[in-house]
Amino acid sequence: MKLSHLLLTAAAAALAVQGCKMKSTESAVGGDAASRTYVAPGKYDELYNFVSGGFSGQVAVYGIPSGRLLKVLPVFSVNPENGYGYSEETKPMLNTSQGFIPWDDQHHLALSQTNGEHDGRWLFANANNSPRVARIDLKAFKTMEIIELPNSGGNHSSPFLTENTEYVIAGTRFSVPIGNQESALDNASYKKNFKSTASFINIDKNSGHMNVAFQIILPGMDLDLSRAGKGPSHGWFFFSTYNTEQASTLKEVNASQKDKDFIVAVNWKKAEEYVKAGKAKKMATEYYHNTFNEETHSATSEIIKEVLTLDPTELKDFVYLIPCPKSPHGCDVDPSGEYIVGSGKLAALIPVFAYQKFVKAIEDKAFEGEYNGLPVIKYEAALHGEVQKPGLGPLHTEFDGKGNAYTSFFVSSEIVKWSIKDLKVLDRVPTYYSIGHLMVPGGDTKKPYGKYVVAYNKITKDRFLPTGPELAQSAQLYSIEGDKMQLLLDFPTIGEPHYAQAIPAEKIKDQSVKFFDIAKNKHPYVAAGEKATKVERKGNEVHVYMTAIRSHLTPDNIEGIQVGDDVYFHITNLEQDWDIPHGFAIKHAPTAELLVMPGETATLKFTPKQTGIYPFYCTDFCSALHQEMQGYMRVSAKGSNVPLKWGIGDTAPGAGADTTAK
Amino acid sequence: MKQLRYLFVFSLAIAIAAAGCGGGGQEKSGEKAPESEAPAAGNSAAASTDPKGIGKFKDVQLTHPLDEAMVKKGQEVAEVKCTSCHKLTEEKLVGPGWKGVTDRRTPEWIMNFVTNVDEMLDKDPEAQAMLEVCMVRMPNQNLSDDDARAVLEYMRKIDGKN
Ligand SMILES: [Cu+2]
Repeated sequence: MKLSHLLLTAAAAALAVQGCKMKSTESAVGGDAASRTYVAPGKYDELYNFVSGGFSGQVAVYGIPSGRLLKVLPVFSVNPENGYGYSEETKPMLNTSQGFIPWDDQHHLALSQTNGEHDGRWLFANANNSPRVARIDLKAFKTMEIIELPNSGGNHSSPFLTENTEYVIAGTRFSVPIGNQESALDNASYKKNFKSTASFINIDKNSGHMNVAFQIILPGMDLDLSRAGKGPSHGWFFFSTYNTEQASTLKEVNASQKDKDFIVAVNWKKAEEYVKAGKAKKMATEYYHNTFNEETHSATSEIIKEVLTLDPTELKDFVYLIPCPKSPHGCDVDPSGEYIVGSGKLAALIPVFAYQKFVKAIEDKAFEGEYNGLPVIKYEAALHGEVQKPGLGPLHTEFDGKGNAYTSFFVSSEIVKWSIKDLKVLDRVPTYYSIGHLMVPGGDTKKPYGKYVVAYNKITKDRFLPTGPELAQSAQLYSIEGDKMQLLLDFPTIGEPHYAQAIPAEKIKDQSVKFFDIAKNKHPYVAAGEKATKVERKGNEVHVYMTAIRSHLTPDNIEGIQVGDDVYFHITNLEQDWDIPHGFAIKHAPTAELLVMPGETATLKFTPKQTGIYPFYCTDFCSALHQEMQGYMRVSAKGSNVPLKWGIGDTAPGAGADTTAK
Repeated sequence: MKQLRYLFVFSLAIAIAAAGCGGGGQEKSGEKAPESEAPAAGNSAAASTDPKGIGKFKDVQLTHPLDEAMVKKGQEVAEVKCTSCHKLTEEKLVGPGWKGVTDRRTPEWIMNFVTNVDEMLDKDPEAQAMLEVCMVRMPNQNLSDDDARAVLEYMRKIDGKN
């Protein structure tokens, strides 16, 4: 306890002298921290924590408060662990207008909401690099849909949701010329040709299906993060921006020239009206929309050739700019929907805007001018107030629903708690180290769950056992139940944890799919029962309808395959029980294995390059006789007269033909 | 090699006739007739010797003659969910052959085993004895009550009941 005070004092002192230096390995952990994060064997965690996987392209699911890794969900990157992106059924999920792209950089997550509260239906995820947005179903914990975004350079300020999941937003980080045209790279060309877009993706109420409803074409600048209004401010979306200088090079310096950048406020209800009134422009483009069908267990890609665009310099009065010091990252709306917190990465204060004042400023035409044809509201007219000297490098703010805000400070490596009403700093705790986003469960909703704040840190130097130059990045769990925040736990994460969402376990766990009903399996190559197993040749394509059940694959002997054949192994898992996937791997397949869920069909394509015998087997330890769950494929020379035969036991190609010495 | 196999199958058939799961008949409760009310030889503390097994089926009404619609449905369900592991003869595959099962087991035991696999494998001495022989826990194939009843009817058909 004394140590904690010491550290706090040290942290405060360090701050005073611009300390961005690392604190000591020792940390301010209270005596009861272990018991508060201990989840006894056989007990469940209190919350699901969905954490972005950053450059892994995946999403990780942790239990809170234990910090135990429960699952890695593949979303934008191929995943050899279960064949995502390798199986024929999942390959289309990663199709884009520029072909199959098996990797991305996954930054933010948003849980679907009803009436401004998490409803546990879907999780949305963004791909920053090749702009895409995904929808993950929280019954099957599967990526069900990925939509590409036209006219986008880097899909960073996404996904963020409106309070009834009407729209998920996707804003461009890197401005690019609209229509992906080539353009000279200089500041003049940037100012003239480069634009950023805010895409509004409509979500179907029942199915969750996404479609790009419209795009708002904004001046060239970098949209960083975003947040929907809620309650009174429902109908608005707020985006933070940087590089309003419109520099094309050395942004580190050139995008930090101005004292203030902007928060872009978009009245999406009004935009919606313009679209309904036919005032949006149709623009020819091409982007992919990939959806996974739960009955065929297969994804398909659709190419969309048109997008509706709105130009706010022509259609006035639905986009306004609020000056915000300086290079803001987060622009976070509090649970009441009344306050918008800007977090200027390079500012020494936190500006808090009041929604009512902002609206009144528009009514009063309290503008200080225009920026690229868009009205700029007077800073003071929209300002609720500033948190003075809160720390260095504020990034992102969440709320506990009790009038308190928690802001992460990257440079001074700390979380600062402050009061929204009077803007006074109430508490601060160090993080280890360089915190990016933080997350209060439900902290982005109307009704935060409170209780914890989790820091997602970029650096963990000296926190874990050394593992060479690269160390696991980490999350840190703090209690916010008392007046003082208290560090409870460190846990390592996959990739780079950016943002996260958390939801009480009760809202998800009982809806979890345990297996897929084999009677509803409409996969075109399903083998519903061993009777339906077969091998068919169509030219040099061979389709193997194979089943898996504890503890054999049927057929387990296949002959008559030739070098260069495209062999499609369609594996149907006949099990109808929870947690009994079967795997399938074949020697020298250059991709990955399959992991086939109970009742599901999945396909591995393999083109043997040489004659010989190719063993195949189940990769997932499924029973006492798992090791025996294996078989052989015989591959003969091209044009060979070995007939196509298959079977198991009595029906195997060589059954009864035992010619060895007795 | 071939001879060995026949020998194996032959001994299996004998064992199945005696024990119901094929394979060795030396297990504690292996030879016990399913109808027996005698207590199990201390296989488990919670051992039940109820010939009806453990589960919700206490009184399964059988029809005479067989319900052919049910037999047909039972066969369809079985071919998707059961026959990967069970032969219709007396021969053991992964699990015991089905021939004779309706003589060895009560209808209730079969229904309870099919729909309440895990509890049966954990507690029922007969089921546990079978597990010791087969070494693979029967998958819970999540048959509905109707499906299970239909499969029972199909088993009765295989056994020549009417
Ligand atoms: Cu297996």
